[in-house]
Amino acid sequence: MPLRNEKVDPPSDDKRWRIVQATMQRNGFERDGLIETLHTVQESFGFLDDESLRYVAASLNAPLSQVYGVSTFYHLFSLKPAGQHTCVVCLGTACYIKGMPAMLKQIESRYGIKAGETTPDGQLSLLTARCLGACGLAPVAVFDGSIAGKLEMGEAMSRLQEMTEVDHVREA
Amino acid sequence: MYERLEEITLAEQESTARFSHTVNVCMAAGCMSSRSDAIKDALTKEVEANGLERWCRVRGVGCMGLCAHGPLVSVDTDQSAETLYQYVTPDDAPAIVGALEGPPVERLHCPTNVPFFQRQKKIVLENSGRIDPERVEEYIAADGYTALIKAITEMSPAEVIDEIIASGLRGRGGGGYPTGLKWTTVAKSEGDTKYVICNADEGDPGAFMDRSVLESDPHRILEGMAIAGYAIGAGQGYIYVRGEYPLAVARLKTAIRQARRVNMLGSGIAGTQFAFHVDIRLGAGAFVCGEETALIASIEGKRGQPRPRPPYPAEYGLWGQPTLINNVETLANVAPIIRNGGDWYASLGTAKSKGTKVFALAGSINNTGLIEVPMGTPLREIIYEIGGGVSGGGQCKAIQTGGPSGGCIPAEFLDTPVDYESLAALGSIMGSGGMIVMDESASMVDVARYFMEFCMTESCGRCVPCRVGTVHMHNLLDKFSHHEAAPRDLVLLEKLCDMVRNTSLCGLGQTAPNPVLSTLRYFRHEYIAAITEEAADLYAITPAPPTSRNGATQHAPAQEVAS
Ligand SMILES: Cc1cc2nc3c(=O)[nH]c(=O)nc-3n(C[C@H](O)[C@H](O)[C@H](O)COP(=O)(O)O)c2cc1C
Ligand code: FES
Repeated sequence: MPLRNEKVDPPSDDKRWRIVQATMQRNGFERDGLIETLHTVQESFGFLDDESLRYVAASLNAPLSQVYGVSTFYHLFSLKPAGQHTCVVCLGTACYIKGMPAMLKQIESRYGIKAGETTPDGQLSLLTARCLGACGLAPVAVFDGSIAGKLEMGEAMSRLQEMTEVDHVREA
Repeated sequence: MYERLEEITLAEQESTARFSHTVNVCMAAGCMSSRSDAIKDALTKEVEANGLERWCRVRGVGCMGLCAHGPLVSVDTDQSAETLYQYVTPDDAPAIVGALEGPPVERLHCPTNVPFFQRQKKIVLENSGRIDPERVEEYIAADGYTALIKAITEMSPAEVIDEIIASGLRGRGGGGYPTGLKWTTVAKSEGDTKYVICNADEGDPGAFMDRSVLESDPHRILEGMAIAGYAIGAGQGYIYVRGEYPLAVARLKTAIRQARRVNMLGSGIAGTQFAFHVDIRLGAGAFVCGEETALIASIEGKRGQPRPRPPYPAEYGLWGQPTLINNVETLANVAPIIRNGGDWYASLGTAKSKGTKVFALAGSINNTGLIEVPMGTPLREIIYEIGGGVSGGGQCKAIQTGGPSGGCIPAEFLDTPVDYESLAALGSIMGSGGMIVMDESASMVDVARYFMEFCMTESCGRCVPCRVGTVHMHNLLDKFSHHEAAPRDLVLLEKLCDMVRNTSLCGLGQTAPNPVLSTLRYFRHEYIAAITEEAADLYAITPAPPTSRNGATQHAPAQEVAS
């Protein structure tokens, strides 16, 4: 029998690790709680770094290869920190038909990044999704967690502008 | 055994009896994304500010269907028929509350005497938009959980299964496998522990039926799962939900907690020996996890890669135990079937496709949203009457059904009744119920390329035909869409379609060529038009006749020869 429940100390005394621990506990420190645990890590820290993967692997007594394998298999997990702000554009069928690819191209060229990348100043991450389930309102995008439907190019640009500008003002 | 339900129903009726007016605000994902929560707050404040809270209540309900006109608010009164308001904003609260006792606010009024509302037949969606999904009391007051009690107190597991068989219900996850037969197999499989899994992965990008059911009527799914558990002898169920659906997850969590509280889940349900527990498992953005064996791997905390079948999950599923996997909509049909009898359900629909089907209308159509119609309803009625026709005054060119595993049905077949067999005969599939309408501006080659790109990125990489084949097919389609193809590319594309379909491990690869095959079948001229002149001069065009699913040769449309 592999030794379970032998508590592994978290990488730091950051309080967020307690939330992660609670998730693992709820699943009895079983390996099948891995995906739930990774979700919690990502929610708490924004992304999955090496340190957190090692910690989760040790706590669930799972090989690091499995933990790494799972975190790279699923699209929702990110191994890189996200930018200050995020914009997720939907590329599901309905949004595709309603002209999202053109809008995405515009955004890409305006900010000089490709989908999946973050601007060099760390301000904006541009992500894509496969259907957000709001197809009735296509095209749809999510700006910093708030979803916007029936989006038009002008509106998309001004929302991005607002999002990234607010911080510049604050910093100045 | 029903006493507890009656008690709750009575208490619910008593507590609502004093309200002569009810204002319902849609709190499903579509309207929520246009801030319907702020509308609900504004309406509540307005009612209180006018001191009307003694006889008027404001509540959140599930999806009302007409997402295109959201946010939607409806007003029910003792006396008059329901009034529906569309495109509501928080600023409209005073007007709506002011009109509670008078004629409706004209500028927000959404007529309900139109085909969109009148032509539907609601079984799965019967509670959607009519009850607050976050209150089990409302579900129970709408006959909720009576089917579960009926099943576990008045019927044997075999009788439950017989009822499902009699209903003719077929899987709504895409395949259309007879549900009763699947239940029978799992019930017969040997094993001490069995599982019920609800497939709420809803991978088709452009479909939102399952999401809406989960958000609007989550108890319906729990009840269906518990009945299934009783029928096959399982004590534990899992709902595997897409990670992209946080609201659905939250509603399900609430529902599970409440169902336990009223003893409709947990041990000793309603004072019987029957115990059933439900847990939620989250997906993390992988389309292939909708495939049943991949889904099982994912629940076990692994990479979601499918494995060859047989053995089928019915015999060797979650943790090696017999497992029943059904789609959300399939399970949503279970409680009404047990309540009203299998024969009642079988009286709806066509000879081989019984009951109703929920469709998500999207794309170039006026009434985007969610509808439920009897099986066998012609596409034309769905698109032009219920759907309100093509948006922007355009013409319908084709309808995509079945997502990445489906195909494009050209407008000339609009009179086809929608059922499993008719759609398959047209080279598409029923799929889970996404229906995307495309107007003349849509390029069919681009649509095929779009789906191939989807399958290419979503291929899990386990088997070579799918992993490599999808990349090559995508590259070829790319050439066509940039008008850089040579005639031999067409030959190669068809060969690859054939190979990938016949040699892939799981349904993802086996069906990935479908969008290409169906567009080749009906819109071959668009492919041929994409062959560059220089290239075409070099090679003689000899298009091979496309073959249908069962291998029979189809006649290619005449115009391809001309072009
Ligand atoms: C690539 C692939 C993706 C699938 N995605 C889904 C899905 O998102 N939802 C679903 O219910 N079934 C999906 N299925 C079908 C399931 O494997 C399974 O047949 C279904 O959940 C069975 O339930 P049913 O009999 O109630 O339809 C998918 C199949 C394949 C091959
Ligand atoms: S396709 Fe964009 S929300 Fe469904």
